[in-house]
Amino acid sequence: MKKSVFLGALTVAGIVAGGASAATLDEVKARGKLNCGVTTGVPGFAEPDAQGVWQGFDVAVCRAVAAAVLGDGNAVEFVPTTGKTRFTALASGEIDLLARNTTWTLSRDVDLKFEFIGVNYYDGQGFMVPKELGVASAKDLDGATVCIQTGTTTELNLADFFRANGITYEPVPIETGAEAVQQFIAGACDVYTTDASALAAQRANFEDPSAYVLLPEIISKEPLAPLVRHGDNEWADIARWTLNSLIAAEELGVTSVNLEELSAGTENPEINRLLGTEGDLGAMLGLDKDWAKRAIGVAGNYGEIFEKNIGASTPIGLARGLNAQWTDGGLIYAPPFR
Amino acid sequence: MSDTHAQSVAFVRETEIPPSPPPVAQAGAVKWVRENLFSGVFNTVLTLIALYVVARLAIAVFPWFYNGVWEAESIRDCRDQLDGATGACFAVLVDRWDHLLFGFKYPQDGYWRILLAFVLLMAAAAPALFQKLPRKMLLFTALYPFLAYWLIWGGSLWMPVTLLALVIATGLVFQLVARQISVDMRKIVSGVIGVICGVGLTYLLFIGAQELVFIAGSVGTEGIVSSVAYGLFWLMAIFTFALCVPMGIFVGYAIFNSYEDGGLVSVVTALLFIYVALTYLLGPIWMALNGVFPIELQEVASRDMGGFMLNMILGTVCVSLSIPLGILLALGRQSSMPLIKGVCVVFIEFIRGVPLITLLFVANVMLAYFLPPESNFDLILRVIIMITMFSAAYIAEVIRGGLAALPKGQYEAADSLGLDYTQATRLIILPQALKISIPGIVNVAVGLFKDTTLVSIISMFDLVGMIRGPIQNSTEWISVYWEVYGFGALLFFVVCYSISQYSQWLERQLNTSHR
Repeated sequence: MKKSVFLGALTVAGIVAGGASAATLDEVKARGKLNCGVTTGVPGFAEPDAQGVWQGFDVAVCRAVAAAVLGDGNAVEFVPTTGKTRFTALASGEIDLLARNTTWTLSRDVDLKFEFIGVNYYDGQGFMVPKELGVASAKDLDGATVCIQTGTTTELNLADFFRANGITYEPVPIETGAEAVQQFIAGACDVYTTDASALAAQRANFEDPSAYVLLPEIISKEPLAPLVRHGDNEWADIARWTLNSLIAAEELGVTSVNLEELSAGTENPEINRLLGTEGDLGAMLGLDKDWAKRAIGVAGNYGEIFEKNIGASTPIGLARGLNAQWTDGGLIYAPPFR
Repeated sequence: MSDTHAQSVAFVRETEIPPSPPPVAQAGAVKWVRENLFSGVFNTVLTLIALYVVARLAIAVFPWFYNGVWEAESIRDCRDQLDGATGACFAVLVDRWDHLLFGFKYPQDGYWRILLAFVLLMAAAAPALFQKLPRKMLLFTALYPFLAYWLIWGGSLWMPVTLLALVIATGLVFQLVARQISVDMRKIVSGVIGVICGVGLTYLLFIGAQELVFIAGSVGTEGIVSSVAYGLFWLMAIFTFALCVPMGIFVGYAIFNSYEDGGLVSVVTALLFIYVALTYLLGPIWMALNGVFPIELQEVASRDMGGFMLNMILGTVCVSLSIPLGILLALGRQSSMPLIKGVCVVFIEFIRGVPLITLLFVANVMLAYFLPPESNFDLILRVIIMITMFSAAYIAEVIRGGLAALPKGQYEAADSLGLDYTQATRLIILPQALKISIPGIVNVAVGLFKDTTLVSIISMFDLVGMIRGPIQNSTEWISVYWEVYGFGALLFFVVCYSISQYSQWLERQLNTSHR
């Protein structure tokens, strides 16, 4: 009897869910909160601080979108997801946006039916070894034991790399980054491999960083990108252009400091269009004209967010590298606001 | 006699010699040590090795504790303070104390609510655990779930109060129906209820079958696995379609027939009424009451529960729900009625055949596909249902063992006294069967309590989830390991050891055998 009540509830729910998945923007507005999927914790990218407030580089994307749509960077319900639950959480509509160190791949984009809205961090997979192992190149790692997180693209890249070079390895599968580090320091594996950004961040926090070296090979492209569901292009546009507005703001020199001053109107028409004093880009997205100003107002432009959360001055200590603006020799590039 | 030898004996002792102490080797600590630690060559060697290991461990671990840093901002700060020496960084426990106990999103000015609920839990559990306490205290135990719900989740007090009122009212109504009215009247009432339930069940099964078709459609036929699942869902759908009318008639008739007994069926129908009333009546009533006399605590969403509190909530609720459910399942499995027996056997065997992790994933991930995004089907409730079902199946098997261990004579003696099934079970069978099953039940309960940490895998921040996720991955405490896990282990040990000690005490109390 109980089971059938349950199934009955499911039916009603299923029908409602089917009909309601069309307009994410209206749903978010009606709810007054953005449901944003994040990690259960990656240093610098998403972590609750001692007060329980989510902070980090990925979290900033969630807040910017919430500010653009709802006018409040705190109107976000952060839904922690693991590597295994993230895609189902997004596909089922539990979250509206997933900003969780997710590599943009063809199969995820096409087969899993998601829409990546642009890269917010260009990463690549690297190797870390103890100095005393005396290895200078990843190609010398024949027969090594490798600590690796399961359920990630790094696992697949590793297999590809070793096969292409005709050498063997023994994987030590591990669930979270913190456990991997512990195993690696304890000597359970010769090599620890994951995204180079995470390697650098974790090495910087070892008791003795100088005892470990990063190998020069970067064996994969890991463009980390926030994503939304297929099928709601208006919502994808809003998320995509919110991210672009943060990037464009850095390129155009709009910062959290001069935001108010610049939004009074400037000589530069692109800044004016971005901040809504000229044109009606906001209306095209179904938002008001101040949307980008609010998004930038939460934590500043892309560069400011980077510096505050993972930049050289933080304990994470990442250099801009590939993630510098295209004008500075990096890959970060926003299409024109026109 | 004394006169005869008065001169011939030089000395007659008139007082008793005080007993001399036993030889050193035969008494006290020395004897114990000789008997237990050095009773032979083999044992002596073992003792020496053990002493060596213990000493080494102590030497290794002591400075770690002794040098422990209790005040620091981050792991780097800790290392600076230690300056190369071995030492723990207990500062992480100080810094994230609240998070470890209550999760990181529970409002800080509401911690007293959790603590109060915990203290009251002790008061509520006491009469259930200790027979000697006055039975009137059980009244508080009955009220406690409503009170605790209000304290922990907050919101209006009127919500649990109206729910409680409804439960009491339903109980009273059924007392009246079962005892006061005439037999004819009862027949009519039971007939009506039977028809309602039969039609309702048919309808629900029909909807369920449609849902299965819907699921089959969304699974699709691409690939072998999907095709098989597609086929299975369709099979189940056809089966349910075919069964919905006969099942409705059968159950409706069964309810009509058995209603005279009062018993189980009235409880089930009472639950149905509660369910219906809950959906349609309760909301407006308590909102209206709250409008007139607002008594409110800040509301806290289920997603914001975390830390050890979440383990305690899940552990307490699931244990207290799964024991009665387990008893029912065990009795059902022994039943001579094929329908009840069949349902119980299938339930128990299915649940026992599936890992708990799978059930939790279903609760978290799969259900999300079928529920609307704004569904108020609470995540903790889903998890509680799954864990309760899981442990109830195990407890049912433990109790079935107890039932099977009773000599047949006990059943026959109960019958010969003219007791009916309910009376015999309540007065003769269960007290003995449960006594036999105590160690097994406690075993399941302890296991269940520890299994609550599995919810960390579906990204709920219980104690372990809190450690694995936000704490170990925070910029401040990036590779803290032993300190936090050690703390977690300590908390779990305290609770599990207490449960185990209680069960041993209870076994001694109930030991009425003449061995």
